[in-house]
Amino acid sequence: MIPLTWYLILSGVLFSIGAVGVLIRRNAIVIFMCIELMLNAVNLAFVTFSRQLNSMDGQIFVFFIMTVAAAEAVVGLAIIIAIYRNKATVNVDDINLMKW
Amino acid sequence: MDLIGYVLLFPLAGTVINGLLGKKLSKSVVGIIGCTTIGISFILSFFIFIDLLKLAPEHRVFEKDYFTWIGSGTFEAIAGLQVDPLSVVMILVVSGVGFLIHVYSVGYMHDDDGYYRYFTYLNLFTFSMLLLVLANNFLLMFIGWEGVGLCSYLLIGFWFEKKSASDAGMKAFIVNRIGDFGFILAIMLVFVTFKTIDFTEVFHAAPEHLQMGSFVATMITLLLFVGAVGKSAQIPLYTWLPDAMEGPTPVSALIHAATMVTAGVYMVVRCNVLYTLSPFSLTVVAVIGGVTALFAATIGLAQNDIKRVLAYSTVSQIGYMFLACGVGAYITGIFHLVTHAFFKALLFLGSGSVIHGLGGEQDMRKMGGLKKYMPTTYNTFLIGTLAIAGIPPFAGFFSKDEILLEAFTKGSLLFWALGAFAALLTAFYMFRLLFMTFHGKSNMAKHVEEHVHESPMSILIPLLVLALLSILGGFIGFPAASAINSFLAPVIGGGHHGMADGGSLHHVSNSLMFSMMGISTGIAVAGILLAYLMYIKQPDLPAKIVGRFKLIYTIIYNKYYVDEIYDATIVKPTVKTSFILWKVVDVKIIDGFVNAVARIVELKAEVLKLFQTGYVRNYALSILLGGVIIIVCSLILL
Repeated sequence: MIPLTWYLILSGVLFSIGAVGVLIRRNAIVIFMCIELMLNAVNLAFVTFSRQLNSMDGQIFVFFIMTVAAAEAVVGLAIIIAIYRNKATVNVDDINLMKW
Repeated sequence: MDLIGYVLLFPLAGTVINGLLGKKLSKSVVGIIGCTTIGISFILSFFIFIDLLKLAPEHRVFEKDYFTWIGSGTFEAIAGLQVDPLSVVMILVVSGVGFLIHVYSVGYMHDDDGYYRYFTYLNLFTFSMLLLVLANNFLLMFIGWEGVGLCSYLLIGFWFEKKSASDAGMKAFIVNRIGDFGFILAIMLVFVTFKTIDFTEVFHAAPEHLQMGSFVATMITLLLFVGAVGKSAQIPLYTWLPDAMEGPTPVSALIHAATMVTAGVYMVVRCNVLYTLSPFSLTVVAVIGGVTALFAATIGLAQNDIKRVLAYSTVSQIGYMFLACGVGAYITGIFHLVTHAFFKALLFLGSGSVIHGLGGEQDMRKMGGLKKYMPTTYNTFLIGTLAIAGIPPFAGFFSKDEILLEAFTKGSLLFWALGAFAALLTAFYMFRLLFMTFHGKSNMAKHVEEHVHESPMSILIPLLVLALLSILGGFIGFPAASAINSFLAPVIGGGHHGMADGGSLHHVSNSLMFSMMGISTGIAVAGILLAYLMYIKQPDLPAKIVGRFKLIYTIIYNKYYVDEIYDATIVKPTVKTSFILWKVVDVKIIDGFVNAVARIVELKAEVLKLFQTGYVRNYALSILLGGVIIIVCSLILL
């Protein structure tokens, strides 16, 4: 069997990639993709532990996370479209009306 | 006697009606309302007086409490009125003389635009004065005290568009305030000492509570006297009274002759129990009274404005009243208060008649020979002048002579000398006024002389009534059968226990009494003859004397430069200090401090706002960092 530690390491790596992507990328849609990446990393961790502890709770929780991710993606993309209609850009550096 | 509340209620109602509706009512209605309210007060006062006489002398006290005004912990101030011989005498004088002056004002102020305002203030004044004399505790009396001060300001500055009048009003109020400060301190001290401010309770407790000549007694009485000095225009707070002549003449008659200025004397007599416990204060009272009497009389010698002479005369006569109180002759002080109210109101109203007849002229050097134009005014004025000079059997003789007698027997020769010399000067300058105004050749301006006329009946009738009172009024204190002495005796010395001596003359021998009477009359006649010599017989004599004694005359004519001294030493520094307090302390320091606090907040905000970059990525970074820190911390703690 593949040692479960490796799954966790993979999960951590994916999470970090996602986090760094959120911080560095300028395109709003790419940022959303990175957020999804982070969520999926967490999903992986949950499933791993569920397998390790022989409990279904982890996998059930994965369903919840997927649902939330879907809903959140919908709302987020709607906002990005609204912003695009106003400012003709999805570059987050240009959305700075709250600057002092 | 239950109706005592109505004595106060009617003038108050008159104030409210005239104040709120006066503008829309016709002048005659305003006048009728103003006079009727006081008239009703007078009639009620008279009935209360009769009621009081029915009781036995020791039981002549009636109190009625209306409601508790302040109830705060142990401090209680009740709105209550007290009817006893002293307050009855005062309300009779206030409402009686007040009524005559209201009637006089109807004619005198007839052409004035502020007619309804005038009667509102006058009624308010009468209400306050009645409250002052009827109150049964210190604080309620102080309300009346402040009220008369306020009305004095309103009425002196009645023609407020004239700068000198509004200045005079402010001066009166501010100088009064100094006295009021002393009065307030005295009330507080009374409360701290006796735990009550009710008159009956304080005066009952005083002889046991305070030792004769104790520091507390002296402080209370001295502070009360400071208030009296301000209100009754004695040295050093008399400067407002001559300036107060800017007000209409009936106002001068009522407020500054008959009633308000006598409030101080009333207060001293009311608190006679406290004063008897402090011989030092009594000496202070007598000295200030005597010195003021003489001082003001000297100033009155050289004044040329008819009302100013009367103003200084008032200051002087009130000095006599305080002199009487100071030697322990409280009843004599009140006696003089009553007779003075009659003849001084008469003199002021008479001068108002003269001013009215001359179309506004007040300088005596521009009068003269008015006897033939204004006979009734002249005759009543003559009676008033004889009364104030102290010629028997007019009213002033009995009261003034009694003061001099008491000063001689109970005080000292010095006090008598102060009073006697002042009496000489009084007779002199009053007859100087009479001769310059009514006798001799006319110095009137041509256009004035064409229009000079006797005054209408509404002005003359009060003059006639007051003249009658000046003739007969003295007999209430006719020696050896003195009605006023026995009437007021229970008020002095606490009534039941303590001395009920209060100024009766039983212990003086008849020969001393008659010889003093003779001396007093002689002094008065001497003053009159001197005035006759200088103003009728040899009219150029005054100018010669002025020429020889130029320096003394200049000092007296300029009122001893007291106003100028006060201005330089007190007024100007105060104004300067206030200016500094305003420009430097208030604007620079206090405002500066508040503004500095705001500026500091602003600067901090300038720094903190740099966090608001508007970059979403910066915010995401901070979220991440926050999460990392929390995880690390929880790992460390676990």
